[in-house]
Order: sequence, then structure tokens, then C-alpha cells
Amino acid sequence: MSTENNFDHLLGIKGLSQSQIQTIFETADNFKSLLNSPVKKTPALRDTTIANLFFENSTRTRVSFELAEKRLGADVVNFSSSSSSVKKGETLIDTVNNILSMKVDMVVMRHPAPGACLFLAKHVNAQIVNAGDGTHEHPTQALLDAYSIREKFGEVAGKKVVIVGDILHSRVALSNIYCLQTLGAEVMVCGPVTLIPKNIEKLGIKVSHNLNQALQWCDVANMLRIQLERQDQRYFPSLKEYSKLYGLSQDRLDHLNKEICIMHPGPINRGVEITSDIADSNHSIILQQVENGVAIRMAVLFLLAQNNR
Amino acid sequence: MSQPKLLLNHQQLQLIVKRLTLQLLENHSDFSQTAIVALQPRGLAFATKIIKSLSELAPEIACKYGELDHTFFRDDVGRGDILIPKPSNIQFSTENLRIVLIDDVLYTGRSIRASIDALMRFGRPSQIELMVLVNRKFQRELPIDPNYIGTSIDSRNTGGYVRVDWAQDDEKVWLLNEK
Repeated sequence: MSTENNFDHLLGIKGLSQSQIQTIFETADNFKSLLNSPVKKTPALRDTTIANLFFENSTRTRVSFELAEKRLGADVVNFSSSSSSVKKGETLIDTVNNILSMKVDMVVMRHPAPGACLFLAKHVNAQIVNAGDGTHEHPTQALLDAYSIREKFGEVAGKKVVIVGDILHSRVALSNIYCLQTLGAEVMVCGPVTLIPKNIEKLGIKVSHNLNQALQWCDVANMLRIQLERQDQRYFPSLKEYSKLYGLSQDRLDHLNKEICIMHPGPINRGVEITSDIADSNHSIILQQVENGVAIRMAVLFLLAQNNR
Repeated sequence: MSQPKLLLNHQQLQLIVKRLTLQLLENHSDFSQTAIVALQPRGLAFATKIIKSLSELAPEIACKYGELDHTFFRDDVGRGDILIPKPSNIQFSTENLRIVLIDDVLYTGRSIRASIDALMRFGRPSQIELMVLVNRKFQRELPIDPNYIGTSIDSRNTGGYVRVDWAQDDEKVWLLNEK
């Protein structure tokens, strides 16, 4: 997305202005109210065709995008790399250009390579929505996380948010940092030294390696999963030890003298970064995040579609 | 740009609001099965005048009131300006209600078509009526006709645009050649 209220692509949160994010939120408010009414569909994107290209596994994001697209009345084609000609050696640009030649207007893409969406935006003639590119960004997740905080507290500005876990391999963490900072929140990351990128404090955030202190500081704790599939070496001795030091449990919350809001982008590894009782407690807004994801994605697609002719 | 031409002055507008309120009272009696729905964004000020007039002429009546945005149901998404939706606020089911949609200016009829679609998701009303302050005749693009009309003008001759100023105690309606 580029200039004020002029949305070309959504490649990342970096570069989005506060006003653009607010426009997305205000549009999402209206979609949320639509989703809670008996008729959940609109014909707004009835003459738009969207391709969902998932070169990596996904459940929530893919279903959420597909639902958002269908509720906007768009035609949808789904593609996953495991059952495609990518396996036969086709390049990304060839794959996408072949799909676009079938008159597709927008591409929602998840890809393991950081920067894949930017690369595509430069080389193909379609609007690109980044649904996660490697360890780089996951903009719609950050938007729905910030939107959920706004829904819970009324505003994001001034709130203290700690992101806990595998910051090194997390695209959610980076997008969240950009989004929350743009909206005026204070951000801290917390995790083992090996899972926090060096010099991350230069982004203007706090860093802690002590979960108890981080929880005492924050209003919101966003718990991230350990991304074992991206880890090429051992970053901590064992999951049991990680869980003991950085897992969120009732016992840990009992020692706080305040209530905090618990978030998780999913998928949850119950018993590792968060215990089941906390994930299912009324402090958790994990399912609200999922619900808000559809409204946020509808808002992003609706605003992008207006620039597609 | 030529000077705006005054179409309705404050006194004329007050008389129109009173006349339209009386017409509503005549057709809807106690308003028990009626709801007024103002169309975002420019129907809200006009609807507020009607509601105020209704409370003065018939203080015993408590009429349901809602505000409706039709952005997601428009047929020109991506064909012009970027559309940013406004909130819809209808806290009741429209099932079997008589709905009076209120907007300031009726021109092509496309906004009203979108509004009717947007309204249907709140239930199935028994009837939908349309009240407009200014009816720009002869350039309709859809078969839509208002039930309550403040004033009518021939858009073929007047051309241009209609601007309604809702300044406190000095409401006026202007005809302009350009936006």
C-alpha cells in the first residue's frame, strides 16, 4: 500500500502510515458488524478474481483469506505448492504469470522466502497481498493483532505489549513491532538470548530475557510458537526447559498483581509456550483474534480492489 | 465557477421538514411498526431534523431509528474515488417493519439501490419507503421513485450539483455547477 488511502499492494506493515492502518481498522469495523448480521455476504468484489498461492503450510490464514474473499463476493482459486508444477521445476514468476493469464486480479501469497512478495510485485501485473514471506513479515496477522488490542482496550496508543518466544524466526513479531509502534504502543520482546535477533533494540523496542519481569511490565502478552521447522540448529537445550523458563502458566499469572491480556497468533503448541488452562481462559483473546482476522482481511482486500482497475 | 444559486432558504426548509413529518404521521399513525433509517453520510442531518420535528408534533411517539451505510453494496467499487465506509448502526431487526429511508438528494438512484440491499441483511421489512429533501428528476438510472419529496428540480436544466448546508438555524440548499 502506498500513499494516503491509496492501496496498491500489501507487502508489509513497514511503510504503512498510521492513517492507512486506521482506515483499514475503520473499514474492518464495518465488516465485523456485517459478519455479525444474518446475511454475511456482500457483492463488493463480485467482478474480482483472487488467487491464493500458498507455498507453505497454513490453516488459519488460508481459510481466513478464503472466507474473506468469498464473503466479499470474489471468485477464488486456490493453489498449494505440494500439488503443483512447482514440483516439476517451474519458477515463481512463470507459475504466477500462468495463473494471471487466466484473468486473475489479485494474488494472496505465502512463501518461505523473505521478500518473495516484493519480488512478485515488481515482476507481475497484479496486486499482491503478503500472507507471510519467510521470516520477514505477516502484515494481516499484525493488523488483526493490533485490531484485537484496540477492540479490547479501546485504543492501541500507550499500551505495553510484550512479544514472547521465537522472535528470530518470527514474521509475526516483526510485523507486530512495526504495526504497534506506528499506532503508538510500547513494545518489548522476550525470549532466550539465542532466539532474539542481535541489535533488535535498534528498532526502538525493549528486550528482556526474564518472562516474569516482562509480564509485570506489560498490558498484553503475545505468545509465539517455537518455529521448529525454521530452526537449522538447536537454540535451547530442550522444549521442557524452554517451557519452564518462557512458557505462560497459571502459576506465573498468579504471581502478577494485575490482569493482563493474552494473545497467540496460532497454531498453539499447548504445554510449550502456553498451558491449556491459560489459552482457554477469559484472559485470552485468541479466538477473537481469529474472528477479527476475517474482518481485517476483508477490509484489506476491499481497499486494494478499489485500485485494481 | 459561477455563483451558487439558492434553491431553498431556511424558512422554506423548515416548512418542508414540518410538511414531511405531517405526511409521515398521516401514513404511519403511531409508528409502532415503523423505523426511520438515515443513509450515511448525508441523510443523517436531514433525518435528525425529521426526528426532532416528529418529537415536537407528536411527543408521545417513540420511533425506532437507525443509520445505514451502503458502501459494501455499491456497484462502482474501483470505478472512481476510494470508498471508505461509515458505520451502520441498526440495533433492531427490520423483520416486518415499515422502513422509511431518508437521504438528502436523490439523483441516479444507485445509492438507494445499494441501500436497499444493505438494509435487507437486518431482516425482511414489510415495506420500504423513501424520503428525500431534493429530488433531481429526469436523470434516474434505475427505476426508483421517492414517496416523500421536499422539492423537485429538473436536473437536465439545472445540471451540476446540490449542496445542503445544515448550519445551526440557518439551513440552506444550494445549486452549484461544480462540486
